[in-house]
Amino acid sequence: MTWAAILLAGAGCYLLKLAGLSVPPRVLQRPAAERVADLIPVALLAALVAVQVFAQGPHLVLDARAAGLAVAVGLLVLRAPFLVVVFGAALTAALLRL
Amino acid sequence: MSEETLSAAERTAILRDSLGVGLATGAYGVSFGAVSVAAGLSVAQTCALSLVMFTGASQFAFVGVLAAGGTPLSGGLTALLLGTRNTLYGLRLAPLLRWRGVRRLLAAQVLIDESTAMSMTRPTTAAARVGFLGTGVSIFVLWNLATFLGAIAGRTLGDPRSYGLDAAVGAAFLALLWPRLTDLRNRLVALAAAAVALGIVPVSPAGVPVLAAAGVALLAGVLTRQPDPTEFPEPPR
Repeated sequence: MTWAAILLAGAGCYLLKLAGLSVPPRVLQRPAAERVADLIPVALLAALVAVQVFAQGPHLVLDARAAGLAVAVGLLVLRAPFLVVVFGAALTAALLRL
Repeated sequence: MSEETLSAAERTAILRDSLGVGLATGAYGVSFGAVSVAAGLSVAQTCALSLVMFTGASQFAFVGVLAAGGTPLSGGLTALLLGTRNTLYGLRLAPLLRWRGVRRLLAAQVLIDESTAMSMTRPTTAAARVGFLGTGVSIFVLWNLATFLGAIAGRTLGDPRSYGLDAAVGAAFLALLWPRLTDLRNRLVALAAAAVALGIVPVSPAGVPVLAAAGVALLAGVLTRQPDPTEFPEPPR
């Protein structure tokens, strides 16, 4: 099941890329469609952050992950590179759990 | 958009910038590899994601949904939804890159945020192609190598929670989202999406809250008028 999802979603992601390079530009030129497509990553990433950090199964919790996220925000404000942000958050959570 | 040939100096300069971006971006494949095995995927599955899917946000989303207990189906759907932005990049790059046939088929696999950012602004097709391939191919090679190393490391390290890897995933998503948050409407959409997702968490199976948040994008896109100033990916730092 996991393998099937990996291969199907992977193939789907490739076709989405190829479609962009192949389809006549007019198809997505409708402004509303374009705005929705632009906003989808924003909404999904924000939801992923929220669920990843504040949910534990069906419960909402506040634990070391929230502290990790707070540190990540601080590092992003300071314009730290991606890896520093990610490992800074991990280190914070790890230290709090010692 | 002429076919003029590129001077050697221009070519070198574009390639140097592209490889720099490739190195920086490829390296964080290590965190994807480690996070993915922590989410319960095998090393082979982790490497397959980087090879076949090859678009960072979708890959992180897929393993993130699985780690939260979601089904592979909802993980795959979330990954596909996030992958739609590559279609938009392609629509804009197609007239600039002007590849056909097999070359287009191959180029499509490395159509991602970074290769778009590094080719978008070039004045000629030749320059855009060098930026696109230099960035895309170097990231592809390094990202896959780094994924494998990260997955192996994640395997041997033991319980991922004691290293805070679960917190790393949230931070990775936030870092991917961050450049888009300079725009007020994007900020409101992000907040509303997070609220919708958290509101649904207690009453729905894992994976569904994230998909439901896509509804916020749908509503905001239909109800607002102004275009998004942050729409193109900035070249990574």
